[in-house]
Amino acid sequence: MKTSQTEKLGKTTFGGALNAGLRAALANHPKVLLMGEDIGKLGGVFRITDGLQAEFGEQRVLDSPLAESGIIGTAVGLAYRGYRSVPEIQFDGFVYPAFDQIVSQVAKIHYRTSGAVTMPITIRIPFGGGIGSPEHHSESPEAYFVHTPGLRVVSPSSPAEAYWMIQDAIACDDPVIFFEPKRHYHEKQDLTGIEEGKDRLPLGAARIVRPGEHVTIVSYGALVKTSLSAATAAEDDGISVEVIDLRSLSPIDFGTIEASVRKTGRLVIAHEAALTGGLGAEIAASVTERCFHYLEHAPVRVTGWDLPYPPSKLEKHHLPDMDRILDGVDRVLDRPNSYSRFEGK
Amino acid sequence: MELSAAGDDHFEQMLKPCGERVPNPLNDRWINDLTDADLASLYQDMVVIRRLDTEATALQRQGELALWPPLLGQEASQVGAARALQNKDFIFPSYRESGVLVLRGVSPTELMRVWRGSSTTTWNPYDHNVASPQIIIGAQTHHAVGYAMGLGMDGEEAAAVSFFGDGATSQGDVNEAMVFAATYHAPAVFFCQNNHWAISEPVGLQSQTHIADRARGFGIPAVRVDGNDVLAVLAVTRRALEQARHGGGPFFIEAVTYRMGPHTTADDPTRYRDQGELEHWKGRDPLDRMAKYLAQSGADMEQIEKDAQAAADEMAAVVRAEIKQTVEPTARDLFTHVYSEEHPRINEQRDHYEAYLQQFGDSLDGNGANGNGAGGSAGAAR
Ligand SMILES: Cc1ncc(C[n+]2csc(CCOP(=O)(O)OP(=O)(O)O)c2C)c(N)n1
Repeated sequence: MKTSQTEKLGKTTFGGALNAGLRAALANHPKVLLMGEDIGKLGGVFRITDGLQAEFGEQRVLDSPLAESGIIGTAVGLAYRGYRSVPEIQFDGFVYPAFDQIVSQVAKIHYRTSGAVTMPITIRIPFGGGIGSPEHHSESPEAYFVHTPGLRVVSPSSPAEAYWMIQDAIACDDPVIFFEPKRHYHEKQDLTGIEEGKDRLPLGAARIVRPGEHVTIVSYGALVKTSLSAATAAEDDGISVEVIDLRSLSPIDFGTIEASVRKTGRLVIAHEAALTGGLGAEIAASVTERCFHYLEHAPVRVTGWDLPYPPSKLEKHHLPDMDRILDGVDRVLDRPNSYSRFEGK
Repeated sequence: MELSAAGDDHFEQMLKPCGERVPNPLNDRWINDLTDADLASLYQDMVVIRRLDTEATALQRQGELALWPPLLGQEASQVGAARALQNKDFIFPSYRESGVLVLRGVSPTELMRVWRGSSTTTWNPYDHNVASPQIIIGAQTHHAVGYAMGLGMDGEEAAAVSFFGDGATSQGDVNEAMVFAATYHAPAVFFCQNNHWAISEPVGLQSQTHIADRARGFGIPAVRVDGNDVLAVLAVTRRALEQARHGGGPFFIEAVTYRMGPHTTADDPTRYRDQGELEHWKGRDPLDRMAKYLAQSGADMEQIEKDAQAAADEMAAVVRAEIKQTVEPTARDLFTHVYSEEHPRINEQRDHYEAYLQQFGDSLDGNGANGNGAGGSAGAAR
């Protein structure tokens, strides 16, 4: 049986890194089990669990009936028995039938039982858009979960992060909502030597992925890469941008963000999810409370519009791209930008 | 994992796979009125529907559609059900009922625009009494029951029909819908196409009994019918609808059929499905069966075949021409219809986006410059 100890990862895709992380978790702990629709023979619609049922058997990698509430509710009962379930929700938009079990049960049982029962459940959800899919296949529902006390919410942005974060999430005794930026599934990174764990951060920590002096961009998931492109483009204009990958959406590592904002004085938050009530609102408010006197400009949010996710031919107008993030950078720097035009009209 | 075999032949049948007509005392009277021309047109409908599927699959391969959920093999279920309906009956479909929808008058091109990614809205549901196709598995069964309750309260002699797959019967929603339908004696017909697979999962993973048996547990009369037998499906659905329309309450139909293609054009059935199974079902092809029956009953099969192909060719040509002329939506459409009344937040975001686009010499009504990360730095445009 292959385990993380023996498996050598070279150039690996995001999906492959998740697969390797899941394999390591299954190998290292007999009570880890995977469940979900089509995750067995098919290996999941994105093939993230490819080969795992063949390797670990149908008792450890379960194809479940087509019932999201059932998948999560069953994981709750399994947790009472000491199992660490890793349910897969096939797509972001299909998590809602399970919403009641997640927010009313998974999130609250540790509290309800005064800590006697733990819920080490890792709910994997491919999320976000940009892949040309039909309705319900491109949503960013993270704010619902971040708003629910009792849950941890994380999102890796690279294969290396995916490899360790999935293992850390499974090892965590709290329930973790694990958002996978699906448009990165096929992106590759050289993971040689990753098993040694250098550069590995704890589950709740944010990471500075690019240091800079003038502006801080906070992002997560698929928009980390877009933010990095924006930072590179801004450099041409002599603007030095620091990019922070949040990694943990709940709790948020405000220490890292604050230190950065104290240095730059300017904050842009970028996410795909709708603006109103989104994570950007939480970050902007908290940073304003904590670092008001360091800020040179109000924090600015660059997000998806307040719309149901549009048909795929229009998603390019909905998803923040590099140019829209740069426009946000211009705003916090008081350079000419869309808002100044808009307000001046 | 032990899975029950749900594929045996305990079902209502009127045509054997060899085309032989078998008497069925319960159902015969429901199709006694069919003329030779009616029988030929049922066959023609199936040929046209099959072509719709072939054409859409080809258009997907050519990049005209982003995705397509094939219905190959399910023609008899869809044609039988659609032809049993009256215009006043309302349909709540899933994503796989393209055949039913087109027979109701929804234009194939309109339908395909959803799969192209050009629109979520196509037809007005009240134009054809057909709701927008539902992707969330099973959700539409509730809607059908609610609509049916409304029909009952209004004293209308009509029914609401929901279409869904075998996998859907695992969802809480479908089970809850049956509770409501039974409790309120709603004129709701549940039409389950048991095509044996929910993506990679065999029906035995969803149900240890025949799916029709479940409905009975909710107090809903149910029939298991050969879903590849267009006459039997038509008869049973007519029976169910008549009963529902005249105060008989809900009815559940399990049409036992088979999805001969992949789940969608993005799926690879060779990873989970045995080729032998497919071959077995090819031997029960719904079109062959009807063709054999027609031939055996002395119909001019050559002419019927010719007419059917001509109708299919025409539909295909129209779809091909129209889909290439699709007018794609503009950024302004993005902000339209989120609410039915003016909404300041949406208006503000729309106007802001207009200001943003103007920096690039673009506008909400254009479809040019701005693409996802396509351009250089915004600075260049200022
Ligand atoms: C709530 C929900 N969960 C998961 C999915 C993903 N999904 C789409 S189709 C499908 C299988 C459905 O099988 P079945 O109900 O048998 O209908 P069929 O596609 O075979 O017609 C799944 C799992 C979904 N669309 N909605």
